Amino acid sequence: MESTVTYESDLNLKATELRLGLPGTDEYEKQTPPSVRSNKRSLPDIIEESDTGDREAPVTKAQVVGWPPIRSYRKNSFQPKKIEAEATGIYVKVSMDGAPYLRKIDLKVYKGYPELLKALENMFKFTIGEYSDREGYTRSEYALTYEDKDGDWMMVGDVPWDMFMSSCKRLRIMKGSEARGLGCAV
Amino acid sequence: MSEDDERATDLSGGGIVSSNRTRCCGGSVASDCPSQFPDQVLENVLENVLLFLTSRRERNTVSLVCKSWYRLEKQTRSELFIGNCYAVSPRRAIERFQKILSLVLKGKPRFADFNLVPLNWGAHFTPWVTAMAEAYPWLEKVYLKRMSVTDEDLALLAQSFPGFKELVLVCCDGFGTSGLALVASKCRQLRVLDLIDDDVMDDEVDWISCFPETGTCLESLIFDCVECPVNFDALEQLVARSSSLRKLRLNRHVSIGQLHRLMVQAPQLTHLGTGSFSSAGDPAQGDQELDLISDFAASKSLICLSGFRDILLDYLPAIHPVCANLTSLNFSYASINAEQLKPVICHCHKLQTFWVLDSVCDEGLQAVAATCKDLRELRVFPMNPSEDSDSPVSEVGLLAISEGCRQLRSILYFCQQMTNAAVVAMSKNCPDLVVFRLCIMGRHLPDHLTGQPMDEGFGAIVMNCNKLTRLAVSGLLTDKAFSYIGKYGKLVRTLSVAFAGDGDMGLRYVLEGCPKLQKLEIRDSPFGDSALFSGLHHYYKMRFLWMSSCQLSRSGCKEIAQRMPRLVVEVIRDRVEEEMDDAVEKLYMYPSLEGPRDDAPKFVTIL
Repeated sequence: MESTVTYESDLNLKATELRLGLPGTDEYEKQTPPSVRSNKRSLPDIIEESDTGDREAPVTKAQVVGWPPIRSYRKNSFQPKKIEAEATGIYVKVSMDGAPYLRKIDLKVYKGYPELLKALENMFKFTIGEYSDREGYTRSEYALTYEDKDGDWMMVGDVPWDMFMSSCKRLRIMKGSEARGLGCAV
Repeated sequence: MSEDDERATDLSGGGIVSSNRTRCCGGSVASDCPSQFPDQVLENVLENVLLFLTSRRERNTVSLVCKSWYRLEKQTRSELFIGNCYAVSPRRAIERFQKILSLVLKGKPRFADFNLVPLNWGAHFTPWVTAMAEAYPWLEKVYLKRMSVTDEDLALLAQSFPGFKELVLVCCDGFGTSGLALVASKCRQLRVLDLIDDDVMDDEVDWISCFPETGTCLESLIFDCVECPVNFDALEQLVARSSSLRKLRLNRHVSIGQLHRLMVQAPQLTHLGTGSFSSAGDPAQGDQELDLISDFAASKSLICLSGFRDILLDYLPAIHPVCANLTSLNFSYASINAEQLKPVICHCHKLQTFWVLDSVCDEGLQAVAATCKDLRELRVFPMNPSEDSDSPVSEVGLLAISEGCRQLRSILYFCQQMTNAAVVAMSKNCPDLVVFRLCIMGRHLPDHLTGQPMDEGFGAIVMNCNKLTRLAVSGLLTDKAFSYIGKYGKLVRTLSVAFAGDGDMGLRYVLEGCPKLQKLEIRDSPFGDSALFSGLHHYYKMRFLWMSSCQLSRSGCKEIAQRMPRLVVEVIRDRVEEEMDDAVEKLYMYPSLEGPRDDAPKFVTIL
């Protein structure tokens, strides 16, 4: 079975482009076989490349875990002073229950919780729900949570933004019965 | 120590098969004579012959002949090689082999080196050292690779084996300088203490001072990976009282001035790791001109040179006197360019092993190719190990090497771009290649001149290099590349695959086509359950299979586990919520005589 896809001589963006959408709404090059009911696709963490033809500010691909295959001992010999957070921003994975792909966002881009929330709602096409002073977020199908440095799952919005930025390791948009009534603390 | 120079079939492979054999030969010599005498003679002869037989492959074969040969072989085996510490238990190994003097034990899968295996996965040395402390009081040598070793393990080792001579730890972790101190002080017969690429904790213990004060038997002291400073005065005195010392590899905390003092004490060295090769952190050095060149001129036996961790380029010419004798040179921590390399390399006619950074560029590699006609092993590491950096080495360097170094046996080459033509040329120019590892750092990158996948290049390698046992592929690869590997890679034992292939057929080609395959490690490739099933006939002969970020399902892996009772199938999770998925993120499976291990952490599920 020969592949008929032609390969461009450059980065072949099409093949590595990540898009979120319901299965079947777009062509995929590699379909997950129907027997696998996975809600996560096993792809390395990649930031979506900006689509502008503007090459003035090239987007650096995020480093994939363990690639290139150099022992950390050797890697550390040349970059002992480089602090990743300063150089490349605070990238965290964002997952949404039921979505086949994860996304990655740079927390440094946002000034606070409202911007973050808005960005996530746009990215994943959902709303966190109605807010009422009395009951907080009600009738929300979604809850926004994050994993902190200790590995605990916390609700987004409880701590000051700066503290959140430094302790957030990843985000999860919960959905369904677990999430009902939780919303978020923002 | 790589196994690519030896032949395969380790204990677990031999063990599983031989325990089923019951064929027995009787008195095959002088059949007329009914007495026991001929049998006894035969046994004595065999026992004496076996003393000379050291290759484990040959010993495994001997043990399969019949029961009496099996018994004799196990009584005379002195080196125990365990390629996967979970394939067999300490108890079982000790029951079979009672007179072991030397142990080689390997633990974690190689991808652990690249942070793909979570911490605390396993490979603990403790049960082994505990069992051996009682069973092998005459143990002399321990070689561990990718094992978790604690200070308590080292303490037990140090006190249990009065004749202990050699400790070699490669890519190990879990111990610190306090463990080293115990080994140094209690192993009075210690000849070799080699720490290679280990993660050693700084317990702020002055372990160098712990060696016996009245002279040592030390022949080899390698500690370049130890990241904490050592007591230099103690080190100088240690070297002064170790007249047998031949191999010394210093860590980056030893300055060039201190190196000078040590070289004066030890002109008999054959292997030297120079430490930092700079004066940083050494207030005594100042502007003094070091007569380092005399030190090197006096080191007439030096054949292997490494170190240069923070190289002061002004002093590089000091090594010229030894270049003509060097068989091994490791510049892989020295950021030098082509112009700085050339004056050194042009003298290195005898060089067989060369490790270097890509900062020397294609031009530097051309200089290597021009001089080092006897080169057997080349490793080119990236200064900037990321996917976006510029490409200082490319197909130009690879081609030059292939044309100049026809004796090449082993290559590891990191680059940003490559062409099929260069790889094909290497396959034809260097037909004796045993190890070919090409890492095109940009994932899925095709031949940058033709835009074609890298299938033809790797295909040529397996086709033309008939002795190839180890292969690592990269770049844009379709299933065609794997069909070549399956068709021509008949001796391939180790295969590393990353970001390659179109679908299940790729893996099937390999599993169905490569009869000698022992170690298969795959990441981020679209291989699923049906591909996995195509290898059922072969898994018992393998050391392990690793697959991460592929398209495996839990149900598929579970079925494998059910069909293959002597295969341990581990599913390794990174996160708790993955437990709810049917998708398997990381699979590690291996044949074992022991069944599921009892030390598996929570994030490992054994199906």
